[in-house]
Amino acid sequence: MNEPAGLYVHIPFCKSKCGYCNFYSIPSTADMPFFINALSAELKMYAETFSRFDTLYIGGGTPSLLAPIDLARIISELDDVFAFSTDSEVTLEVNSADCTPIYLRGARRMGINRLNIGVQAFDGAILDFLERRHSPEQSLRAFEIARGAGFDNIGLDLIYGIPGQEMESWLAGLDLAVSLNVEHLSCYQLTLEPGTPLGKRHADGEFALPDGDRQAEFFLKTSKTLEDSGYIHYEVSNFARNEGLISRHNSKYWDHTPYLGLGPSAHSFQDNRRWENHPSLPLYLEEIKMGKAPVASSETLTGEELQLESLYLGLRTKKGIHLEDFKKLHGYDLMLEKGKTLAALEKEGLVEVSGGYLRPTRAGLAVADSLALI
Amino acid sequence: MDNIRNFSIIAHIDHGKSTLADRLIQFTGVSNERTFKDQILDNMDIERERGITIKSQAVALPYRALDGKEYTLNLIDTPGHVDFSYEVSRSLASCEGVLLLIDAAQGVQAQTLANLYLAMEHSLEVIPVINKIDLPSADVERVLEQIDAELGLDPDTHLKCSAKEGTGIEEILEAIVERIPPPKGSTEAPLAALIFDAQYDSYRGTVIHCRVFDGTVKSGDIIRFMYNNSTYKVEEVGHFLLLRQKRESLSAGEVGYIIAGVKTVSDVRTGDTITLNERPCSVPLPGFKEIKPVVFASIYPIASDDYEDLASSLEKYTLNDASFVYQKDSSVALGQGFRCGFLGLLHLEIVQERLEREYDLSIILSVPSVRFRFTLRDGSLIEVDNPAHYPDPSSIQESEEPYIRAAMMLPERYLGAVMKLCMDKRGVNSTLNYPAPGRAELTYEMPLAEVIYDFYDRFKSVTQGYGSFDYDLIDYRLSNLVLLDILVNGEKVDALSQIVHRERARARGLQACERLKEEIPRQMFKIAIQAAIGGEIIARTTVNAFRKDVIAKCYGGDISRKRKLLEKQKKGKKRMKMIGSVSIPQSAFLAVLKSDGD
Repeated sequence: MNEPAGLYVHIPFCKSKCGYCNFYSIPSTADMPFFINALSAELKMYAETFSRFDTLYIGGGTPSLLAPIDLARIISELDDVFAFSTDSEVTLEVNSADCTPIYLRGARRMGINRLNIGVQAFDGAILDFLERRHSPEQSLRAFEIARGAGFDNIGLDLIYGIPGQEMESWLAGLDLAVSLNVEHLSCYQLTLEPGTPLGKRHADGEFALPDGDRQAEFFLKTSKTLEDSGYIHYEVSNFARNEGLISRHNSKYWDHTPYLGLGPSAHSFQDNRRWENHPSLPLYLEEIKMGKAPVASSETLTGEELQLESLYLGLRTKKGIHLEDFKKLHGYDLMLEKGKTLAALEKEGLVEVSGGYLRPTRAGLAVADSLALI
Repeated sequence: MDNIRNFSIIAHIDHGKSTLADRLIQFTGVSNERTFKDQILDNMDIERERGITIKSQAVALPYRALDGKEYTLNLIDTPGHVDFSYEVSRSLASCEGVLLLIDAAQGVQAQTLANLYLAMEHSLEVIPVINKIDLPSADVERVLEQIDAELGLDPDTHLKCSAKEGTGIEEILEAIVERIPPPKGSTEAPLAALIFDAQYDSYRGTVIHCRVFDGTVKSGDIIRFMYNNSTYKVEEVGHFLLLRQKRESLSAGEVGYIIAGVKTVSDVRTGDTITLNERPCSVPLPGFKEIKPVVFASIYPIASDDYEDLASSLEKYTLNDASFVYQKDSSVALGQGFRCGFLGLLHLEIVQERLEREYDLSIILSVPSVRFRFTLRDGSLIEVDNPAHYPDPSSIQESEEPYIRAAMMLPERYLGAVMKLCMDKRGVNSTLNYPAPGRAELTYEMPLAEVIYDFYDRFKSVTQGYGSFDYDLIDYRLSNLVLLDILVNGEKVDALSQIVHRERARARGLQACERLKEEIPRQMFKIAIQAAIGGEIIARTTVNAFRKDVIAKCYGGDISRKRKLLEKQKKGKKRMKMIGSVSIPQSAFLAVLKSDGD
């Protein structure tokens, strides 16, 4: 495979943990210097196996906790070891509270050309429920600063389906985002994982989540509102103002393009093999100290597993599944094997088959998981 | 022969039959602590779980009585459900007496009475035994009054025990010796042995359980089954301790087993008479009936790949269940399978459970049916036990369905509710007797099809478990029958079709739709469930689509996690049957026959 790979760097630090978050991070930056050194050693381990990237995504955790000098060091070391295409998409995830003009201008100068701001909500009460450490005002301010710093590709993360969230309030937040003319929006349905504080409170019966029909209402109204405003609903949770603003990095996860993940808990994929780094900073540091790749587990996918992934990932995207390619890749003719079911789903308005593609409709994206189980 | 006693224990459910049997076995030293398992006689898992005995069992208890003599007490255990009433009658026919066990706290109950009647039919000596006298709520005085007034037995003949604590056991053994008559018969007469059960042993073939009434049988003899005159050479005879114990011979009055190279249990008929080929007895022992399946359903593997596995499992299963019959069948909706005959719904459920449990199969059963009869316009008569073979309605001259006579015993206070139930079930020609004050004996003639349609569960429920119910097939009667089809999203599911009485069709259709709506989970699209007669839709329900998945996140490059989640869901889906694009769970097929609120 010659297409450029994607590069992800996981910064495993936060000032405080948000109640819903299931990503690996620790609420103290004390080990930051050790981490930066270890990361520097880790990236060199892949100098031979990954030749060229055209995306870099620095996520976490809270990457905006990186001091400018550390951020600069990480980027420059990556640039030294790996080849990046000239038009690379370089994204930094930031917390609104960390977005100062100087920090963002610095980031821009280091080559970061895309910002993803964790806004989550424009409603203070909802932010409190989610245990976020910033206010709606800070988010708006962060956006202005980012624009001022020269960022012309900004994405916002928002969450819906939160207990106590009114539809009007949610839609007003979307309108606000649209009025800002943001380039990219990720609208996630709140999902509670068992190990998280909110997950535990939910399991204890402290609050209930909206039911399936209500979730569907959130999803469908979000899709309609944003598409009516000109955004492309290109993946279950993702919207872009135009084709060119679709997250190139995330798209690699969804079409079996290789990607390398560095840092604790980061995931990688190459040559049908998936591996995952230790979701633990101490273990990560220890393995690197011993000169080993900090890989916790790895699996080589069978043809059947690849096929299921192609199916479920493809059905989460507006682009859908190219039927001929799917057949060539997996030796499975979807139209032949599942034609009857697909026809029923098409009649139901959940998918459409046209131009050689099988695509989910808006209603289909809402049930993408089940579509993959046909 | 004077030192032999053949007896059975009969009781209402939970009055302690198995516990008492265990105590007798323990007391007589057949089992030591090591081999002793609670309730030894119920030795199938299903029997323990359901608390009922499915197969008959026998055990010979060696007992030195207070008179100083050695006795062999043959305890013959009996199945406890109406589906198996013929087996019960054959077991009782092998005995000279019974222990009628009554719970000291609950007193005389429905089955106590029904069992007493059965025993009296066979002219058996009845010894009333009051069990559970250790309970604080025990009321022996009241039970004694009931024995007198309701059972019509002499209360002075009763014994008391606590099987749980092991008290009163010796008195019971003494009473068996003293009061139950020794078997009669002549060892010199031609052999006449009654088969009351048969079990399959993978090393020895069929082990025939029998009671010898006349003559002697030993290894090397050529025996003959009187119902079909087939002959076999006896390899081994013996009696039952907890395991088989080989003996020289079995003679008049004895209970034991015969192994004679009989391949499968279906070569043997319960109730048949075994005699010697050289010197046969002139007439078989009375009471033989060829029992025929009365309930039919098709079995399909959920995954069509499992067809061969199912075929070989059924073959193995029938080695040990002669009352189960099957033949190949195929369904438009469910593919290749087998049409099977059962003694009743409980028997059907037991077969289903054992196939899944012992042979690790995932199977679907079609909606059970009885065997209907149709006279066609061309004069031919056909029998149909599979709705898929329902004849073209325009070719039908007249249709008939099997009727049974239901005999019910119940406390008078439930009479109204039971009569209403029977009339709901198209019952006719009722008779009512009061064998004792407060105790009603009710008979009705009813279509068998109504009885398999959740009658037994509802009967138990309206009598709060105090009613007993038994039935005999009587005849076929003219009936206005129609074929009720079920359509799922417009597609006919033949395995859900039923042949029903025209007047009941609408209610049945609606009920089937409602039950299916409860059983079929919400899916990606709306599911229309319709009931139809001919082309006419008579009932419909809808299972609404779900509109949103729980979308576990798949961001940050962790693609495997969600894949694994989907793989798991896919496996769960494999336990459902796809009808067109609708997944129907296993439970839906039997649920059609159950009424609300089960």
